[in-house]
Amino acid sequence: MLERDVVVVGAGPAGLAASIEAAKAGADVLLVDLNMKPGGQLFKQIHKFFGSSAHRSGTRGFEIGKMLLAEAEEAGVEIWLQSTVIGAFPGNLIAIEKGTDGGNKEVITMRAKKLIIATGASENVVRFKGWTTPGVMGAGAAQTMINVNHVKPGKKIVMVGSGNVGLIVSYQLMQAGCDVVALVEAAPKIGGYAVHAAKIRRAGVPIYTQHTVVEAVPGEDGTVCKVVIAKVDDHFQPIPGTEQEIEADTVTIGAGLKPATDMVKLEKCQLTFNGPFGGFIPLHNDRMETSRAGVYVAGDATGVEEANTALEEGRIAGISAVESLGLIGESEAEKKRIEIWGRLEALRMGPFGERRQIEKNNILAEYEEKIGTAVEME
Amino acid sequence: MSDRVDQHCILDVKKTGRTVKITVDDKEIEAYEGEPILSALLASGIKINRYTVKKHEPRGLFCGIGQCSDCSMVVDGKANVRTCITPVKEGMVIKTQDGLK
Repeated sequence: MLERDVVVVGAGPAGLAASIEAAKAGADVLLVDLNMKPGGQLFKQIHKFFGSSAHRSGTRGFEIGKMLLAEAEEAGVEIWLQSTVIGAFPGNLIAIEKGTDGGNKEVITMRAKKLIIATGASENVVRFKGWTTPGVMGAGAAQTMINVNHVKPGKKIVMVGSGNVGLIVSYQLMQAGCDVVALVEAAPKIGGYAVHAAKIRRAGVPIYTQHTVVEAVPGEDGTVCKVVIAKVDDHFQPIPGTEQEIEADTVTIGAGLKPATDMVKLEKCQLTFNGPFGGFIPLHNDRMETSRAGVYVAGDATGVEEANTALEEGRIAGISAVESLGLIGESEAEKKRIEIWGRLEALRMGPFGERRQIEKNNILAEYEEKIGTAVEME
Repeated sequence: MSDRVDQHCILDVKKTGRTVKITVDDKEIEAYEGEPILSALLASGIKINRYTVKKHEPRGLFCGIGQCSDCSMVVDGKANVRTCITPVKEGMVIKTQDGLK
């Protein structure tokens, strides 16, 4: 049977950082990802990152992705693309399905001495009449099309949601040559950073706060041809008589993300519900170890944040995994972890970050209280 | 291929892949080898990938990353192929998926 020191699931910023740390310490690292290319969301992020120079502020996401891939290659990380973990069994065994849908697939059983789960997040949807009509899609889906596949998802776009995803993707759709005809937000004011909102305003995109989409109307060809929006009351309910029609072929939904927890559930890791982090998340300690011994988590799968926090958590998971394999000493690992937690605290400051720091501390405390020491899978 | 992003102020969008022909519902279209099938379809203005089993409703691109299965089609005789994460090969025969047929 195949065996690796460390198997990392998900090749986004968290998974890449974890793999790099583990491989640098001398572990055999396998990184698996279901997509055609590694990098997760980094290659979709063509805007410059915020933060300090320690977090490569001013560098565009896809450039950071390229650097990480080069580092992973140099460290000797083995990457399997188009590979999905479909099973988990006692004795640190996992089943990996490898291959494309149309071609021949094989299922490989692998012993992973240590497992790091960095599966990211999936998009939330808003359900309105016609929300399944072709032309209605996630904001992230539209971003993937323009920035990775270099193809336009549509010509005239209504963006739903004014958080940073809605704002940034609106701007990037315009950079790709699409026409953003409306930005619709149910809350009374814009949700994301003012600097992103200003770009949208300057470009002349009509912004409808306290509005929602009530219907995506299909045309004769079965795809979206018209979008109906309406003003909402204080309980976010559409107010009859305020409807207006917008001519558009695409609706993109930027209504937040939720942690992708299928894999942690498969591993029977104990979960907790956390609203600010986007839903159910695995409990973990300051080594990023879950309730299951030898199973670590990192990135958006532990609570939706952003690429830099994912990277730092990934590093902690990688370091802790190789520490428990005996490849690095306890004091060295602890020193590195303290440094990284310091950088994470710097990232979790300010009006958007402070809440996440409080919630992170709560999760660590809840782990101590409910779990204390991780146990093997029975 | 009018729906391609052919100009961009940040990204290099110049195509490097080989241009190949694929067949979609008996119609030949151009595609780049190795790109997701879904991209080639969108570039040719094709937005419906399948119809649902019970209500025969159209579905198309929704998540774009292999999670939702709404863009599934029949590719070279195999059903339920997620076109957003399956690369184009020369001569592929693709059909809109209609229920379980």
